[in-house]
Amino acid sequence: MSQIAGHLEPYLVLAGILFSIGAFGFLARRNAISMLMSIELMLNAVNLSAVALGVFIPALAGQGIAFALLIIAVAAAEATVGLAIVMAIYRNRKTPLVDEYDTMRQ
Amino acid sequence: MPLPDTLPLIGITWADALFMTLGGVAIAASLFVVLGRDIIRNGLMLILALGALAGIYVMLGAAILAGAQVLVYIGAISVLILFAIMLTQSKAAAVKLTFQTQAIPAALIASLLAIIFAITLGTNDWKATVFADTPAPQGTTSTAAKLFGPYLLAFEVVSVLILAAVIGGIYLAAIPRAGQIGAEDDEEVR
Repeated sequence: MSQIAGHLEPYLVLAGILFSIGAFGFLARRNAISMLMSIELMLNAVNLSAVALGVFIPALAGQGIAFALLIIAVAAAEATVGLAIVMAIYRNRKTPLVDEYDTMRQ
Repeated sequence: MPLPDTLPLIGITWADALFMTLGGVAIAASLFVVLGRDIIRNGLMLILALGALAGIYVMLGAAILAGAQVLVYIGAISVLILFAIMLTQSKAAAVKLTFQTQAIPAALIASLLAIIFAITLGTNDWKATVFADTPAPQGTTSTAAKLFGPYLLAFEVVSVLILAAVIGGIYLAAIPRAGQIGAEDDEEVR
């Protein structure tokens, strides 16, 4: 009888920890690509919680995985456009650090 | 010789040990992604974290999702991120400050978020099934029934979104040629 792997809560705890780490990285990092990586971490945490809820709660059977597949597809689109924007800004400003993108402030 | 039911000496089951290993790897790699100074290593650690999560999906019985995770996240998005890192980093970048000046408020907000998650988890009764070992494999039938039933519209919208993202990505990342919109601005900067 497993104490951890057969219960819902450990998966949600893991998802919460990963989401908090990603949120910190998004708020604190200076590099735009690091911020995008943190967003990927947060999306993965949400995916994990969706799948765990879909597996452990009978009323949600199948929905969790379907949701997670849709989220993965949207995350791929987000990463494509986000990195393309970073490349376009880098070509003009020659830096990937977001706190040096301050043209609009001046 | 058959394996014993629990891990020798420690007395925890194999599924628990696997969950703790994969979860520990995921958390450690994510922390490295967020805190590490060298951005190339951050990108490689992101791959490790995503791989550990794929393992946890397999434990949950969602093998199709683990496959999609490996194909899309590890195969496509991570490679895209590594390419972007290689194209945008200068040698001086690693020496500069890694965090914003707002790192301490950010840490406070992230801890607050974690506390809110903990309270939600502690006070909510999820009425979840408890499995004796890991959850049974899900198969793909129930997922397909949802994806091509109630979520058919979302599925189609996502395919249009991906097409738009591909076109937008090409447009944004392409180097503007002379005569095109945006080409003049480029010259001014140089």
